Amino acid sequence: MKKWRKRIAPVLLITLLIAVWELVVRIKDIPLYVLPAPSQVVGSLVTDWSVLAGHAGVTVMEALAGMAIALVLAVTLGIAMDAFPAVKSGLYPVLVVTQTVPMIVLAPILIIYLGFGLTPKILTVVLMCFFPVVVSFTDAMGQMDEEYVHLVRSFGAGRWEAYRLVKIPAAVPGLVSGLKVAATYSISGAVVGEWIGAQSGLGYYLLRVKNSYMLDKVFACVLVIVALSLCMNGAIRLYQMFAMPYGEKKE
Amino acid sequence: MKLEISGLRFSYSDREVLDHLDFQVAEGEFVSILGASGCGKSTILKLLTGVLTPENGRISVDGKEIRGMTEHFAYMPQNDLLFPWKTILDNVCLYGRIHGNLESARKEAMENMAAFGLAGYENAYPSALSGGMRQRAAFLRTALCKSEILLLDEPFGALDVITRGEMQDWLLSMREKMNRTVVLVTHDMDEAIYLSDRILILGGRPSNVVCELRPEVPPQGRSRDWLYGQGELRKQIHREIMKDGGGAGGSACPPERKAHGTDL
Repeated sequence: MKKWRKRIAPVLLITLLIAVWELVVRIKDIPLYVLPAPSQVVGSLVTDWSVLAGHAGVTVMEALAGMAIALVLAVTLGIAMDAFPAVKSGLYPVLVVTQTVPMIVLAPILIIYLGFGLTPKILTVVLMCFFPVVVSFTDAMGQMDEEYVHLVRSFGAGRWEAYRLVKIPAAVPGLVSGLKVAATYSISGAVVGEWIGAQSGLGYYLLRVKNSYMLDKVFACVLVIVALSLCMNGAIRLYQMFAMPYGEKKE
Repeated sequence: MKLEISGLRFSYSDREVLDHLDFQVAEGEFVSILGASGCGKSTILKLLTGVLTPENGRISVDGKEIRGMTEHFAYMPQNDLLFPWKTILDNVCLYGRIHGNLESARKEAMENMAAFGLAGYENAYPSALSGGMRQRAAFLRTALCKSEILLLDEPFGALDVITRGEMQDWLLSMREKMNRTVVLVTHDMDEAIYLSDRILILGGRPSNVVCELRPEVPPQGRSRDWLYGQGELRKQIHREIMKDGGGAGGSACPPERKAHGTDL
């Protein structure tokens, strides 16, 4: 019963807010270019669906490519940082500093260097997703009980075999936690890259409709971005549920 | 002698733990190492497995000096250290997986599941098992190693008194079947008396073997009743451990305090 109440509470709150929003727009007769009513946003979503879907496909592709590259980079560098403390002490502060530079500043620089194609958008996603993944993965490896490593080493495993048998599998829950955060960022990262300069994608669409003051379409696009981000996060959760049956919840 | 240790010396950065440690273990013998907390009992096992390197001294198996990690020892740590992401069957086959004979390890593990009270739990994850079952799984993982000497580091230390007693009874029954050389580190006097052929008591700072005791086992074998009658031996062990104030950890309780499962 408590669980049911916990789930229904946010749904009720959001429904109430949407209802108030709709009523205020209708009663006050607020023009579309200032604030569209939720019904107008849904209307735009339906009429512009095919256009939005096309742009969303490009954005999702960029996000997935960026996530994949970020994952490979994070795992490789995570292992290197765990295995060689000198690499960690040299690289870790640099990684932290890179996160302090706003993406809205980095994205135009990437476009200057790499042009208007897919590469700078994918790189924007990589830069946004890499950090949470590498940090969670490295921390999870660092925090694991060293006794596990002693055990496999005493059974005859070599140093790298200990990584394969214990350290990497033990850090997978940490890696997945980082991926959940990164998955949520990935769509936003691609949209930021497209916003700065592109010929397709949700960021490009968003810029065009914003410049035309079609706020119903802007909100519709935001809805699609939110939905896609939640789907990316949900996909990682699904993976966690099926591929990790021993589960973090049981730990 | 199966295992010989002579003049072993080891220090951690802040303190000297072992010095002039000498003892031998015969083939098939069950030897317990008893001492107060912090006296270096577990350190001895880490030196034997090669996880730590001695500063001085010699470790020999079958008369040959060994260094670093070798195939001679199968180590069972204090915590079960089962991998939560592996099933029980995969966990107990760890040695086979490392040495590239997983299939034969699986076959051997399946044959032993019932004897270790794990039948039906082959595909379960460790989180589904009770503490006693997890320890038995960890013990099976150790027993499936092809190494000649089993090193058990307080294997039942994390269990409640009742489960610990059950596990000791079970280990006693397995002792005969396995017929392996065993070095058990414990701070439970009754565990040492109940299971061992010989008890080595560590004492002094840095520690070495200060006393060696041999429980007198009746012809009908060991039993709980026999164990409860070992008051004198228990007192003797307690006196030896308390000679230098109970070791580095300094935690000790009198042997009369508990009839069995007495911790030091």
